[in-house]
Amino acid sequence: MRDFSYVRADSIEAARKAAALPGAMLLAGGTTLVDLAKCGVAQPETVVDITHLKGLDTISVDATHATLGALAKMSHVADHAGIKSHFPAVSEALWQAASAQLRNMATVGGNLMQRTRCPYFRDPSNFSACNKREPGSGCSAIGGVTRGHAVLGTSRACIAMYPGDLATALVAFDATVHLGQRVLKVDDFFLQPGDTPEREHDIRAGEMITAIEIPGSAAARRSTYLKVRDRQSYEFAAASAAVGLELETDGRTIRDLRVALGGVATKPWRARAVEEALKGKVLDEDAVRKASGLAMEGAVDHGANHYKIELAPRVVARAILKLGETA
Amino acid sequence: MTAHNIRHANTRHADSRHGDASDGAVGGRLSRVDGPAKITGAAKYAFEQQLDGLAHAVMVEATIAAGTVRAIDTRAAETAPGVLLVLTPDTIMEIKGASDWLGNPPTQKTYSPLARTVTYSGQHIAAVVAETFEQAVAAAALVEVSYDETPAIVDLSDPKAGDGIPIDAMTKEWGDAEAAFAAAPLRICAAYNTQREYQAAMEPHGLIARWQGEELTIWEPSQWLDGMARTYAEWFGVPFENVRLVSPYIGGGFGSKALALAHSAVAAASAKMLGRPVKLVLTRPQNFTSYGGRAATRQTVTIGAGRDGKIQSIVHRGVNETAIDGMWVEPLASVTSIMYATPNFSSKQNVVRVNTVVPGAKRAPGENPSAFGIESAIDELAHELGIDPLEMRLINYAEEDPEVNKPWSTRQLREAFAAGAERFGWARRTPKPRSMRDGKQLIGWGVAAGTYPVRRAYGEAVVRILADGSVEVESSSIDMGQGTYTILAQTAAETVGVPADDVVVKLGDSRYPRAGVAGGSRLAGVMTGAVYKAATSALDQLVGLAISDPRSPFHALQANTLVVANGRITAPRGDGPDVSVAELLASVGRDRIEATGDTMPANSTAEDRYKNYTTIATSVPHTEGDYSRHSWCAHFIEVRVDEDFGTVRVSRVVSALDSGRLYNPKLAESQWKGGIIMGIGQALLEEGIVDRRHGRIVNNNLADYLVPTNADIPDIEVISVGIPDLHSSVLGGKGVGELAIVGVAPAIANAVFHATGKRVRDLPITLEKLI
Repeated sequence: MRDFSYVRADSIEAARKAAALPGAMLLAGGTTLVDLAKCGVAQPETVVDITHLKGLDTISVDATHATLGALAKMSHVADHAGIKSHFPAVSEALWQAASAQLRNMATVGGNLMQRTRCPYFRDPSNFSACNKREPGSGCSAIGGVTRGHAVLGTSRACIAMYPGDLATALVAFDATVHLGQRVLKVDDFFLQPGDTPEREHDIRAGEMITAIEIPGSAAARRSTYLKVRDRQSYEFAAASAAVGLELETDGRTIRDLRVALGGVATKPWRARAVEEALKGKVLDEDAVRKASGLAMEGAVDHGANHYKIELAPRVVARAILKLGETA
Repeated sequence: MTAHNIRHANTRHADSRHGDASDGAVGGRLSRVDGPAKITGAAKYAFEQQLDGLAHAVMVEATIAAGTVRAIDTRAAETAPGVLLVLTPDTIMEIKGASDWLGNPPTQKTYSPLARTVTYSGQHIAAVVAETFEQAVAAAALVEVSYDETPAIVDLSDPKAGDGIPIDAMTKEWGDAEAAFAAAPLRICAAYNTQREYQAAMEPHGLIARWQGEELTIWEPSQWLDGMARTYAEWFGVPFENVRLVSPYIGGGFGSKALALAHSAVAAASAKMLGRPVKLVLTRPQNFTSYGGRAATRQTVTIGAGRDGKIQSIVHRGVNETAIDGMWVEPLASVTSIMYATPNFSSKQNVVRVNTVVPGAKRAPGENPSAFGIESAIDELAHELGIDPLEMRLINYAEEDPEVNKPWSTRQLREAFAAGAERFGWARRTPKPRSMRDGKQLIGWGVAAGTYPVRRAYGEAVVRILADGSVEVESSSIDMGQGTYTILAQTAAETVGVPADDVVVKLGDSRYPRAGVAGGSRLAGVMTGAVYKAATSALDQLVGLAISDPRSPFHALQANTLVVANGRITAPRGDGPDVSVAELLASVGRDRIEATGDTMPANSTAEDRYKNYTTIATSVPHTEGDYSRHSWCAHFIEVRVDEDFGTVRVSRVVSALDSGRLYNPKLAESQWKGGIIMGIGQALLEEGIVDRRHGRIVNNNLADYLVPTNADIPDIEVISVGIPDLHSSVLGGKGVGELAIVGVAPAIANAVFHATGKRVRDLPITLEKLI
């Protein structure tokens, strides 16, 4: 970790200005920034502390929408009664993320800025090639240890997996992220690597996440987040699914379905093909399993991560079927 | 640093304890006396020492796996803020070669802890010392190293690795195993692999080194103060007595903290060169490359049996990885050759050199992978024959040690099978794979046995009875969480006859009476024996004074002996005075009674003693004399395997264990459970993953190197079936710490087979192997 200057912003405006300067980075919960600084990936010249800014940690929920202040702690959102009843998938995604200690520190705004766990990205002294760190330097992961890498949304430049859980749930329910002047769909806020893997988010100099907004819906109310992983806690997803389901009044025909995948793609991955294939259909196991396979359209493995292509559709199917059973 | 004192914690502990006085006796369930100090933060670990003028060192590591260092450009680092010293192979002071842990003299006159020839990624090649830790880190990043790289052998599966070096000492043969196998009606042959694993202790490795003239003090977590002190003394050419190692608390060792390592030499050398104390703590990634974890192993187990299930032949071949420039032999037939009766046996082992740091000891080295092979194979054989796997083990029960043809000192393994099966409900198991389920969860029940030899050595301790009637025990042995403080307090308390709360145990300082390594599950047996002898001697002195000193209130009684219990002295028939130990000492004008006790043979020389405590050359073989001595266990494990996802979760563990007499059942149970948890990690999660192009471990941190979390661990029931074994130790205990991990991985693999019908012979059992 190299020396940096520390600035304590006294307003959102001041924070935006300070963070817009070259080499400046925002500090919220610090769980990603400190970690990446220690392994030499983040080398901020200035750290702009926004943790004490007032009014950015509020959580408000009603049937029509939820608004999460950027500085709301992951643990607070996970435990919020309104989130649990109107957006169970969001609560479940959060409490299955990281560890209790990290969730008590980390903020939801910071969570959206979480970087990949790609071991090559995280070890600059041993692996100089990383297009995400150094554009044009190459990708050390391709041809290397790839068990945790993405199978969807990859490019020749980068196969790093997006590791988060919350954003997967947000993408499923068309959440938006407030950046000051601009409001983006979370799905659009996250970028696929393409030829510019160093750009992970559509965020511009002078912008700062202030809030996340999730529209309420019947599908969001009947939703779940299913996370399959090597160990039971404090572990990233091998594959996960955020799913919301709304049935017609007959109790068996699918009116609305939301599916997003985690642990398998370079960004939180909305699986619209699965949704479209099942909307209007009767919920039954065979149909669900068949449609869930569509989630892997375009998937490309890099050897050791091939299992994700098998696993992810099963996770999607289980999540949909589980919601169906709770009718 | 003053002598460590845990009496205060002990007293507070007593206030909240729910138990009775018998908890403080040997065999009582006294809670850890060091617990409150650890929970409140009062316990001071090595890196927490505050010293004036402390400088900070960080290591610079090789980023190639094989080759030579062409040049190290230190100019930028040397001029960076706060930098005091930049060390390279050219600039570090001369360090002498030191003898190894067996006591073999050094092969080289000098020792370079910083490498010119690189044999593994992460090898230390330079170091930076600065005023602050941050300055040292920043400057270390400025050290420019250029290399001439050569191709690396990354692991056992590397085509360049070859068949390796035969280790003749590992060969075991009796009967004609090949011929008997060929003639056997039923034959199985399978290959079993265990992965590279790491100890992953919470507390990283590191040290603070301070020179005062020719005297060196080292604060370093250590499983072996006297062995490491010897190494430092030899490295720096000072008398052994000039080196003081201090390690009152250790944040986990698991076999990794018994030796002084390259970074230790660098810290001590830089402290000497600077004339200032130096602190060096390895980063978490460096903890994966600065010392070895468990070597990766490959075994082939071939068994020939009759239709009755009786084993007629076992042929075993094993391979473990070692380093290019260091030798580690993981004895892979250590369980294979003794667990089952077989008239014909053959085992051979090779080691293969790969570009890794030299592997090291991790909980039950040898026995652990060995059991994975034989305990999986016997399960496969049972399945082939349609015999219940527990019955299979009883059919082939070894009534004596089949390797050395000696009776067991004690072997309560049949009792362990019976007790475990009863509690687990093994009789309700349906034999067919995939025959038990709960919704989408396939349920499997597996059994496996484990064993660990009783490693013995000699110990020494001082016991003092002080003026206030309290008792003090001193030893340079250590407590890394296994409970040494507690059981030695219990031993001294019971032997002298005072409450355990009145005993102060001082450990972890090489100035105390010497002690051998805390490894091989030997420390409890060795040290309870030494403390028992010292305490008996102190008690004899106390009683002797009470009877014979004219000033003693007992003098007129003319008794032959007296009773000392609960800190009070009385006559055997209660017909005399009743005084406290403190009152007796006051009456005879003594401020203390002191006794040194050891279990060394009577004619031992000073050299014998030095060798005993600073090397492992004098360990007593477990098959010495008339008996073969081992601890035993049987694990019964239930797994739930998701049929869609392939995820394995352990849902129930019942283990019955024979560690002989337990000095403190609560602490023994904790150690057993810890071993079982580590075994669950080995079976399902742990694996050092190597990038084959770079020969580098890539999951070198605790987020990516997975060990079990609480959520992965179900309730674990442990049952003690041991009986006192006086052939194994003075007070009848056998080994505890390493036993319970042995057999856990095969019990889980066997349960996974029962659940799914898939036999996984390659650990860890991750989900992609089952979907």
